[in-house]
Amino acid sequence: MLELKHISKIYNPGLVTEMCLFDDFNFTVNDGEFVSVIGSNGSGKTSMLNIICGSIPVNAGEVLINGKCVNKKKDFERYAYIGRVYQNPSMGNCPNMTILENMSLADNKGKPFGLSFALNKKRYDFYREQLASLGLGLEDKLHVKMGSLSGGQRQAVSLIMATLTPIDFLILDEHTAALDPKTAEIIMELTDKVVKQKKLTAVMVTHNLRYAVEYGTRLVMMDRGNIILDKAGEDKKNTSIDDILEIFNKISIECGN
Amino acid sequence: MLDLIISTLTQGFIYALLSFGVYITYKILDFPDLTVDGSFPLGAAVTAVLLVKGVNPFLSLLVSLLVGALAGFVTGFIHVRLKVRDLLSGIITMTALFSINLQIAGSNLSIAREIDTVFTSPVTMSVFGSMSLILRKLIVSAIIMIVCKVLLDLYFKTKNGFLLRAVGDNSVLVTSLSKDKGRIKIIGLVISNALVALSGAVACQEQRSFSATMGTGQIVFGLAAVIIGTTLFRRVSFIKGTTAVIFGSVIYKACIQIAISLGLPANLLKLITAVLFLLILVLGNFQKGSVKKNVRA
Repeated sequence: MLELKHISKIYNPGLVTEMCLFDDFNFTVNDGEFVSVIGSNGSGKTSMLNIICGSIPVNAGEVLINGKCVNKKKDFERYAYIGRVYQNPSMGNCPNMTILENMSLADNKGKPFGLSFALNKKRYDFYREQLASLGLGLEDKLHVKMGSLSGGQRQAVSLIMATLTPIDFLILDEHTAALDPKTAEIIMELTDKVVKQKKLTAVMVTHNLRYAVEYGTRLVMMDRGNIILDKAGEDKKNTSIDDILEIFNKISIECGN
Repeated sequence: MLDLIISTLTQGFIYALLSFGVYITYKILDFPDLTVDGSFPLGAAVTAVLLVKGVNPFLSLLVSLLVGALAGFVTGFIHVRLKVRDLLSGIITMTALFSINLQIAGSNLSIAREIDTVFTSPVTMSVFGSMSLILRKLIVSAIIMIVCKVLLDLYFKTKNGFLLRAVGDNSVLVTSLSKDKGRIKIIGLVISNALVALSGAVACQEQRSFSATMGTGQIVFGLAAVIIGTTLFRRVSFIKGTTAVIFGSVIYKACIQIAISLGLPANLLKLITAVLFLLILVLGNFQKGSVKKNVRA
C-alpha cells in the first residue's frame, strides 16, 4: 500500500516566486489497484510522482510504503520497491548497451552488483520469453544496441525492464506521450497486459483521457494540488470521456483560460 | 632507428595505462577528470621516494597504485558528496596534489644507477636477463600494460562493470535499479586514477627521475590517445575500447617522436602535444561531416 499523508509542498519558499502546490494533500493507493491520474498542466501530477519516488523533498507530511515512512530514504533506496517508466523512452535503458546487457542489468535489481560476470547464459531463454511477450520480434535482437531501436521499441523494453524483478509499485509517468498514436496504443495494451499478468499495483499519469477511462481500476483527476475526482470500480466503468471532458472544461474556465 | 621505434613503443605502452584511466572517466563515465595531471606525478613521486629508500620496485608500483586510487576517491568525494561540479572537483584535487607531490619528493628527484627498478630487478633479470636494457623495458612495460588491460576487460564484464557503463550511459537507470549512482562514479574515479598513478610510477622508473612538472598536459595526452583510438576503430566493433586506446597511445607517442626527430626543440613539446590534439579533434569532426554527406548522397 502506498500512502501520502498531509503532504505540503512549497516551491521556492521565501522568494517572490513562492508557489504552494500541495497543502495537506492525502492520497492512498491500495494493493492491486491500477490508478490513472489525469489533470491539466501544473496540477501536480508529476510532482506527486516525484514525491513518491523521492526525487523532490516535501515540506511537511509523510510518504508511506507498505505502512513504513520512507521520508528519510533517498530516491535510489525507494526504487527497491518501485519500478518506473518515464515519458522519454531513452530514460529507462542504456543506449550504448545491447538489449541483452540491459535485460541482465534489470534482472539483477535488488541483488548486489559485485564482481561476478553480468551475463548469465542460463537466463537468455527467460529474457527471450519476456521480450517475445511484447510481440515486437525483439527476442531475435538480443545483441542489438538499445540506441538503434525505435522509441516505441525502447519504451516496450523499458516496461519489461521495470517489471522484470518483483516490485511493489509500477509508476508510469506519461509513458505513451512521446510515441505516435499507433505505437502508444500498442504500449498501452502491453502495459495493461503486464500489470494484469504480474498483478502489479500501478499509478499512471496520462494526458490521454481515453486511456484513463478505458484502462485501470480507478480514475483520479487533479487540479492545482487537489484531487477533484476519484472514481473506482463500477463507478469508474460508468464514466465516459464526455463526463471527464466536461469537468476538465469547467476547471479551465475557472482558471480563466 | 630500431632503438627509437622500440623506445617509442615502450613509451606508448607505459602511457597506455594513463589512457585506460582517461578512457574510464572520459568515455565511460563522461566525466572530464583533470585529477590526471596531479595523480600521474603523484604515482611517480611515491615510487621515486620508495625506490630511493630501498623498497622493492614492484611493491612501490603497488603503493603508487593505491595512492592514486586515494586521489581518485578524493575527487569523487568532492564531486558526489560535496556536490561540486565535475570539472572543478578535478581541478581542486589536481592543484592540491601539486603541493603534495612537492612535499613527497621535492621538485626533482633522480634515482641513482645502483638502485634497481622493475626493469633491472633480480626477478626481471632472471627471466629477461639476456636481453638488452631497451628491449627489456619494452617487454616489462608491455606485460604490465597487458595485465591491466585484461583485468580491466574482465571488470567491464562483471555486474559492477555493467553498472559503471550504465552510469555514464544513463544514470537515471542506475537510480531505478536502486543503486547509488554517486558511489559508482567514485568507484570509476578510483580505478581511473589508480591506473594513472601506476602509469606515472612506471614512467618514473623507466626514466629514473621525478620532476614536479611531469604531470602538466598529461590529461591532454590521455584524451588524445582515447580519441585517436576510438575514432580509428569506430567501425570495427570486435575491437575492444581498451585495445583501441593502446593503439591511440602508441600512435600519439609516435607522432610526437616524429615531430621531435624532425628537429623541433624539446621546449616546444607541450605545444606540439596541444596542436596535434587540436588537429585530431578537427580531423575527427571533418570525418564525421563527410560521412553525413555520403548518407545524404
